[in-house]
Amino acid sequence: MMNSKNVLDSVPEEIEMALGVSRQSYRYGAESIVFKARVEELSGQNINLCYQCGACSSGCPLSKEMDLLPSKVIRLVQLGREDPLYSRTIWICSTCFECEVRCPRGIDIASVMEALRQIMLRRKYSEVRLESIDPEKLRGLPQIALISNLRKLMA
Amino acid sequence: MSLRLAYYPGCTLKTNARNYEASAIASSKALGIELVELPRWNCCGTVHALAKDDVMHYIAPVRNLIRVEQLKNSGLVDDGRLVTLCEMCYNTLKRADVTVKEDQERRRKLREVMEEEPPYSGGGVEVIHLLQLIREVGWERVKKRLVRPLRGLRVAPYYGCLLLRPRGIGIDDANNPTIFERLIESLGAEVVEIPFKAKCCGSYQTVHMGHVASELSYRILRQAVEGGADVITLACPLCEYNLGERQGEIRGLFPDLKYIPVLYFTQLMALAFGLEDSVGLEMNNPDPRPLLRRKGFP
Amino acid sequence: MNGDEMVTVYIMGKRHRVPANLTIMKAMEYAGYQLRRGAGCRGGFCGACSTIYRMRGSFRLQVALACQKMVEDGMIITQLPFIPSEKKRYNLEKLRPDPGVFLEYFPEIARCLSCNTCTKACPQDLMVMDYVQAALRGDIKTAAELSFDCLSCGLCAVRCPAEIVPYHIGQLARRLYSRYIVGPSHQVQNRVMEIEKGIYDEEIRRLKSLDINMLREIYSRRG
Ligand code: SF4
Ligand code: SF4
Ligand code: FES
Repeated sequence: MMNSKNVLDSVPEEIEMALGVSRQSYRYGAESIVFKARVEELSGQNINLCYQCGACSSGCPLSKEMDLLPSKVIRLVQLGREDPLYSRTIWICSTCFECEVRCPRGIDIASVMEALRQIMLRRKYSEVRLESIDPEKLRGLPQIALISNLRKLMA
Repeated sequence: MSLRLAYYPGCTLKTNARNYEASAIASSKALGIELVELPRWNCCGTVHALAKDDVMHYIAPVRNLIRVEQLKNSGLVDDGRLVTLCEMCYNTLKRADVTVKEDQERRRKLREVMEEEPPYSGGGVEVIHLLQLIREVGWERVKKRLVRPLRGLRVAPYYGCLLLRPRGIGIDDANNPTIFERLIESLGAEVVEIPFKAKCCGSYQTVHMGHVASELSYRILRQAVEGGADVITLACPLCEYNLGERQGEIRGLFPDLKYIPVLYFTQLMALAFGLEDSVGLEMNNPDPRPLLRRKGFP
Repeated sequence: MNGDEMVTVYIMGKRHRVPANLTIMKAMEYAGYQLRRGAGCRGGFCGACSTIYRMRGSFRLQVALACQKMVEDGMIITQLPFIPSEKKRYNLEKLRPDPGVFLEYFPEIARCLSCNTCTKACPQDLMVMDYVQAALRGDIKTAAELSFDCLSCGLCAVRCPAEIVPYHIGQLARRLYSRYIVGPSHQVQNRVMEIEKGIYDEEIRRLKSLDINMLREIYSRRG
């Protein structure tokens, strides 16, 4: 577990810059390994398989709305960095599985997004508040819209 | 002798998408399939729980699969297939079955929390989508049943996500699906291909991020209009809501967009089979009737 | 059962020996509790006496109406005299009895997991999950019929992992059902008319003038 620190410290600064996130979030060493393992466990995916081709990001219909591209999320999890937990990306993902069918390495990125959401939801974070949705809108929604929305986005 | 199969409606088929249900039941009947509504069904949950330790969200779909086995044992249906219409229900029920079958640990936990039900081991029920069933029955049978071929109608098929993805669950080739196209051709209509026929419409984000769903849906609608389609056809009540029901709102954001009616594929079938009473066009928004009348359909 | 038989129960953690032929409610009073909340009709109708308990040696959390359930040896008991829930305000005359009404007032029903926990918690043995599910799909009639015997005791609501308050849903369904689907009951309308005409005024005046003993006697002689 302990050599993890060395691995992480060896990430060149340019990559870090390219990722556009601060060094703060992976200062923990062992903790970051635990985080990555947790995401792998919840998603059932081997994150190391990713070689950063970006197919997921180019296929994602919602990438324009995201602050971290899907491939970036995967990269950060590889590095054991928790940034994706606090990103908009995991809440904007609509679980359309476009990334899943495109990934040449067979990673189900949608499941990784779900794992990250689940970590937050289990910490009692809710992205959606029912109180802030217009009752008239609620009345007209197909049930499947609200049911899926709340399952994905509400603790 | 018609084939009797268990049918899972799902919540929305009983409300916003009653026209989908009515036209599906009637046109299936015309093809010799009797859809027997599952007794005591409950909401399937609409989305597959992806977290590997999730048991709670499997209870709902599995309870429905148990009902199918009960219905099968009662002899009221001919085999263990479960026909679905809503894409979300198809995907959720199908994936629940696969997971229960493959994951022994979750199967055990489910048995414990569902002690009031008979155990379900997975694999006993085959969850299918109506489109698959029609493909199996054969396009020839569809053609034979035509009363009013949809000649001159230009139809853009929109698959959405959950009929085609993820791998292993989709009912057709995720990159190059053709099942809708074959159906449209068999009904005598003309296919209009759009590049975004399987791109997400914004799905459940429509609830609290309407503008995001609007933009995604707009791209799909615009492609259909520019491709010269008269109507879009689809298989999911949430896609219908985003592309159809919300079209007025989308036009508010993108005034260049022309209205284009959105119909369930079963409505096209009912129309072509001459089952006027079951088409339910009055529920569609935008109203497709003026256009259809212009094209010579009553 | 022998009237002298005693059992041991634990009321809010404190051990008591109580006669075995008492209900939970009477046993609590026997043990010295004065019930200010958590008791109403004492006849199984009002739903005020919701109680949860476990039996020693069992992990199961069980539910009961205190006025109906007899004590058993080894019961670990507490009452739930009040279940917090928000009473939604709506004007029945202005509601539209369409399926969307449930999502408008109780959108949280979209969180129902179909886990059936509510059904297992209902002391009235109602199919609570089924009525919540019926409401979710906009089936007012089924939701009303399945929830007809609900006492609003609230036990389902404390057990629901989705934090739904099922009895409010059933109540809305029954209100919509009677107002918009079956329509007003003629017996009730006739009775209201009779009352308004003053047909019973004389009778009420007479009753009000009687003393308590006379009232008791009339009450016990009633048909
Ligand atoms: S449905 Fe709920 S509130 Fe009504 S009697 Fe049953 S447990 Fe009590
Ligand atoms: S306890 Fe709540 S979530 Fe479970 S079935 Fe009842 S209403 Fe649904
Ligand atoms: S006191 Fe009324 S139901 Fe028990």
